[in-house]
Amino acid sequence: MATTAVPHAGHPPTSTGLDSRKIAIWAFIGSECMLFASLISTYLIYKGRSRVGPFPHEWWCRTTNVASLDGPIRNCPAGELLKPILDIPVTSQSTFVLLMSSLSMVLALAAVETKDRPLPANAGLPDRLLASSKLWLFATALLGAAFLCYQAYEFTSFVHEGLTIRTNLFGSSFFTLTGFHGAHVTAGVLWLVTLLAIDMRRGLGPRDALLVDISALYWHFVDVVWIAIFTLIYLIR
Amino acid sequence: MAHEPLHPRSPDTVHGEHQAAGEVHGHPTWATYKWVALILTVITIVEVWVYYIPAFVASRLFVPSLLIMSGVKFLIVVLFYMHLKYDHRLFRALFTGPLLVAMLTIIGLMFLFAKLVIRAG
Repeated sequence: MATTAVPHAGHPPTSTGLDSRKIAIWAFIGSECMLFASLISTYLIYKGRSRVGPFPHEWWCRTTNVASLDGPIRNCPAGELLKPILDIPVTSQSTFVLLMSSLSMVLALAAVETKDRPLPANAGLPDRLLASSKLWLFATALLGAAFLCYQAYEFTSFVHEGLTIRTNLFGSSFFTLTGFHGAHVTAGVLWLVTLLAIDMRRGLGPRDALLVDISALYWHFVDVVWIAIFTLIYLIR
Repeated sequence: MAHEPLHPRSPDTVHGEHQAAGEVHGHPTWATYKWVALILTVITIVEVWVYYIPAFVASRLFVPSLLIMSGVKFLIVVLFYMHLKYDHRLFRALFTGPLLVAMLTIIGLMFLFAKLVIRAG
């Protein structure tokens, strides 16, 4: 009996010749660009329009409600002066962590794609480490979780300093934007943990490369969104 | 240590599967990924460094330079880590189309709410 030719395992032929799952993830990423554009533009429109502090880059005297970009405000009663709320050193560390998670993600994909190739007889420890998809998936999930810990620390410290989502326009737009991004990172970490569990249970091989590639695309997208957020929200005053 | 060809260009199962998924060429090598990570780190360090130079922050170059550095980082991740440089043009269109709409939306809103202004004369 004649059978229909299938271009690759697990997916029927398509009119474009492209895998529908990969088209779907790119279309999804495109739609996500517009979601984050709306959140970023909301932040930028509200920037500088808060009537009360704390402010992202300005010192603020709580009792007199005076703000200054140029340093501490004189004549402000003790305990009433708040420094700029954004902690650039901490956020720089979390940005580095997320960038490195993208590196570990591409290494995880590479390890899955080349899993069926035997390592050379003289392969050293670095070669064996590079070939371990479990290691890189775990590293990516761990770095993603570390980023979330940084964000939890940042949110907690903001609340302790008096900035909540209801305090001012900065708080509302900031927590909404970074909260949405954090939710995306959380979904990505769960996705990675699922892949890691599959890898531990039955092993991921070249036939699963596309599934890992799709999750990698999502993860890198989360990274590029943070690249934009870090510059537009944290660094530009 | 010879771990250069993580993604050999020769046709095989992996490459065949990815070609069916729309990949035009093979993925970059470990060396490329390593350099990309290094460049991203260096740009991030420069971004943070210039943030702490008051004279530069006060200058007109501050915002454009940060936007350019951020744009370069964005482009590097999309081209190399997301493999858009090597993928089918339909994927490029699916990403760049909405991205352009998104950027034009942000710029349009900035003008609408007077965050950006063009002064004539």
